[in-house]
Amino acid sequence: MSDSPVDAEEVQHVADLARVDLDDADADEFAAQFADILDYFEALDEVPEIDSDPELVNVMRADEIEESLSQEEALQNAPETEDGFFKGPSVS
Amino acid sequence: MSSDHADADGDHTIDDAHNAFVTEATIEGDDDGPLADRTIAIKDNMSTDGVRTTCGSAMLEDYVPPYNATVVDRVLEAGATMVGKANMDEFAMGGTTETSAFGATKNPAAPDRVPGGSSGGSAAAVAAGNADLALGSDTGGSVRNPAAFCGVVGIKPTYGLVSRYGIVAYANSLEQVGPLANTVEDAALLLDVIAGPDPNDATTNDGGADSDYAAAADGDVDGLTVGVITDLIDGAGDDVVETFEASLDDLEAQGAEITEVSLESLEHAVQAYYVIAMSEASSNLARFDGVRYGPDTDAEGNWNEQFAAVREEGFGPEVKRRILLGTYALSAGYHDKYYKKAQDARAWVKQDFDDAFAEVDVLASPTMPVVPPKLGESLNDPLQLYLMDANTVPVNLANLPAISVPAGDVDGLPVGCQLIGPKFGEETIIRAASAVED
Repeated sequence: MSDSPVDAEEVQHVADLARVDLDDADADEFAAQFADILDYFEALDEVPEIDSDPELVNVMRADEIEESLSQEEALQNAPETEDGFFKGPSVS
Repeated sequence: MSSDHADADGDHTIDDAHNAFVTEATIEGDDDGPLADRTIAIKDNMSTDGVRTTCGSAMLEDYVPPYNATVVDRVLEAGATMVGKANMDEFAMGGTTETSAFGATKNPAAPDRVPGGSSGGSAAAVAAGNADLALGSDTGGSVRNPAAFCGVVGIKPTYGLVSRYGIVAYANSLEQVGPLANTVEDAALLLDVIAGPDPNDATTNDGGADSDYAAAADGDVDGLTVGVITDLIDGAGDDVVETFEASLDDLEAQGAEITEVSLESLEHAVQAYYVIAMSEASSNLARFDGVRYGPDTDAEGNWNEQFAAVREEGFGPEVKRRILLGTYALSAGYHDKYYKKAQDARAWVKQDFDDAFAEVDVLASPTMPVVPPKLGESLNDPLQLYLMDANTVPVNLANLPAISVPAGDVDGLPVGCQLIGPKFGEETIIRAASAVED
């Protein structure tokens, strides 16, 4: 991929996936920087496949009701609320 | 975006000449405890009940948490008094504290230089005497880097030793909260207070329960074997290496045995770290959509359009860069090429460290390959900034503990010595570091 670095159009596509508005100047600057960074990431191709055991363990607890935030506390930072609910933009 | 330098009563309490704080606010701790009479600065990505927690971002400029992070509860219960929320790179993404939406922090040891990052405010607060102690978080070096650049002590604990509950997440699989202080013993004491399992963070373990790390700061390194990681010397500046080697001579004179080791996998550590950290960040930061918290914009349109407008306004350039690169690395067609390979590299780094610790007790390198850059000097080239993390990120990939302790200076600019231990080897690195500072 080093011979086909991302262009501004591809940066805009990824920004769209990530839900971040970018103006054209930012997209151009990012495209140039991403070319350098992705070129550097290319070296990961040399890494051999490694067999490893994950260190993860299941952590279980009883499903009991505990004290938690009040509805008021949970809503205190929201720009908009209605009837005790968060209010977001319309879905479509 | 301006810092808030008045406390709850409107009083100006600290002479914050270095912009080490985003918000000055006093929270009194309990009357008694191991940290009674100590003041502490808390990095601004740790939730403090009733005191705004900005994460260095415009996105959270007015965010006031309704609860304390577990580590905040623990330091208050131990008697510490919080004096303020420390400045940081936005969402902990950076190594200079220049990406903060609240302005850069200056290095108290050299005010025209960066303090390191991302916990630059925490290190500067301790170095300037604004606080006795500080909490930082370390995802790829963010405690050790500013500790080294400001000439103080910083510890990155074994993964899972300290609770992350209430910390604004950046890259969950890599980050740990860690202490900063002027002495190894004080940093170890603060680690004793914050370590231990937490039912609210399922990744915590009992490795730090009933610890007495402070007692390990006894300077006794007789018979200790120290392996110098040659791969991390090669990329460091000559004057930095010279200062680092003087601290090794010091350890040798106190009875430690110095050897050399090479870890082949480290060549790929920075690449692996950034792919993993950016991928996790792109997922974690999806929550900032302006609905539950965040700026109130006048954006029109459907929810995708409004979210994209809020995120354009709330995030700075480095955060956008990492979200986009992480989204790219995880997107269809690229997942195996970047993310899966980075996980292989991470496992390889772990194996290399395991093999090395079969031969030596601790591993050593300069904490940072360079002296602190001048303010504004390095921001325009993100890749060069990422490469500055070469010596610190391997530790996070391998889930290991490490400490940065002052090794000396180059023309007045602090140099840190990094000592790395095996999993749960906190006592060993604290002991070794206390011999370096003697």
